[in-house]
Amino acid sequence: MNENERQTISVNLKINSVNHALQIEPRVSLLDALREFAGLTGTKKGCNQGACGACTVLVDGTRINSCFALAVQYEGRDITTIEGLAEDGELHALQSAFIEHDGFQCGYCTPGQICSAVGMFKEFQRGLPSAVSETMTGEIEFSDEEIKERMSGNLCRCGAYVGITEAIHEAFDAEVKR
Amino acid sequence: MKPFVYSRATEAAAAVRQVSNERSAKFIAGGTNLLDLMKSGVELPDRLVDIARLPLAEITALPQGGVRIGAMARNSTAANHPLVRERYPVLTQAFLAGATGQIRNMASVGGNLMQRTRCPYFYDPAMRCNKREPGSGCSAVEGFNRIHAVLGASEQCIAVHPSDMCVALAALDAVVRVQGPEGEREIPFDDFHRLPGDTPQQDTNLRHGELITAVDLPALPFAKRSHYLKVRDRASYEFALVSVAAVLDVSGGRVRDARVALGGVAHKPWRAREAEKILTGARANEETYRKAAEAALSGARAYKHNTFKIELAKRAIVRALSTAGGSGA
Repeated sequence: MNENERQTISVNLKINSVNHALQIEPRVSLLDALREFAGLTGTKKGCNQGACGACTVLVDGTRINSCFALAVQYEGRDITTIEGLAEDGELHALQSAFIEHDGFQCGYCTPGQICSAVGMFKEFQRGLPSAVSETMTGEIEFSDEEIKERMSGNLCRCGAYVGITEAIHEAFDAEVKR
Repeated sequence: MKPFVYSRATEAAAAVRQVSNERSAKFIAGGTNLLDLMKSGVELPDRLVDIARLPLAEITALPQGGVRIGAMARNSTAANHPLVRERYPVLTQAFLAGATGQIRNMASVGGNLMQRTRCPYFYDPAMRCNKREPGSGCSAVEGFNRIHAVLGASEQCIAVHPSDMCVALAALDAVVRVQGPEGEREIPFDDFHRLPGDTPQQDTNLRHGELITAVDLPALPFAKRSHYLKVRDRASYEFALVSVAAVLDVSGGRVRDARVALGGVAHKPWRAREAEKILTGARANEETYRKAAEAALSGARAYKHNTFKIELAKRAIVRALSTAGGSGA
């Protein structure tokens, strides 16, 4: 296909409950659509190849890497970015916990860390085991080891992992089903 | 990324037609491998047919005790399905050993079967690679080949298959169901992926335009006693240096039946049938497991940087079998 024949298409994305009608090429990633076309720069571009997790967003509540996604594939889905986590001006419990426990230094990976942890906890609540779970069928403890394994798709170059793990405990421990 | 034309399929037959009619058209589902390769300039499709919304995501029990996993089921969904967790724990473990939470939520089961090698020379268009550009040579044979194959390689290609899921599917004798322009067919798992030979550019025996619709797992009651062991350079989010899917039927201290498959050692998920022969009928103990491991690697050939893989694979087999066999009761 030559450059003159580029296909531009209309893509309607529902981001943080707001509809955005975008005119984009099919090759535009969900990450670039969010940042460059919808003007939502909270979601960060780190490696752009699925290795760092800075671009993590929630689609219908499920965490994904927006760099590995074509925007057009997510038409009509419910996309939540870091900008959409606060409710009525009140920070999400995990956002507050990140501040409380120094879950960051430079902050670049933070939106991805927070969106990822929100999705991760939903997976835990659904009973999804992890590679470090003792059992594939029984109860799983919401331990540091589980959190680290489940969050391995999010890198923090500043090394704020201890604070991140504490923040996740702080925000979710009370909700863990026993 | 090179521009392409995009279309979203609403039924399988139309998707098959669209891809069949165009040599450089490809299916896209989760996109976690294809988009990565397109960004690197390794894959250059002119058209992508989006199959992610085809109604092929169901996971259902089959009449004879098996399970059918729809090709569009996400890796995380399949890993967490009660039928999979209870009947084939080795498969749930293999799913969870691969990639990250985010990627498992995106990647489809069909796409996992179509993953391409993570050989760094394949990924870099500046390097020689017979898989990417047939006839250009192999940079890995004389290069940094620590992660490369020790079984079934050829002079043309020493790449390994990267999937964890596929290693478990090989051990479980899965069947791949596909739909093509000429109708449907079933491909036994062992015949799905290829050894490199003189045509390393062909990873699988799928024909152009054929769409994977489901993976069938046959009934295997003793698969409840199974284990997936993955050995890698990092504790999480890393491909296997060596992995083992072990399924063992043990009673009265003897192995009644066994399935062993290896990952990270060959161009395809490697079914270790020689090991299974030694295991079957033998005492369920470490001595037997070691003999089986020796047999599994008897044809191994190392390259400059991956000699360690041969002993590593043997020890991994012993450990996976010991874990799957439990107390041997």
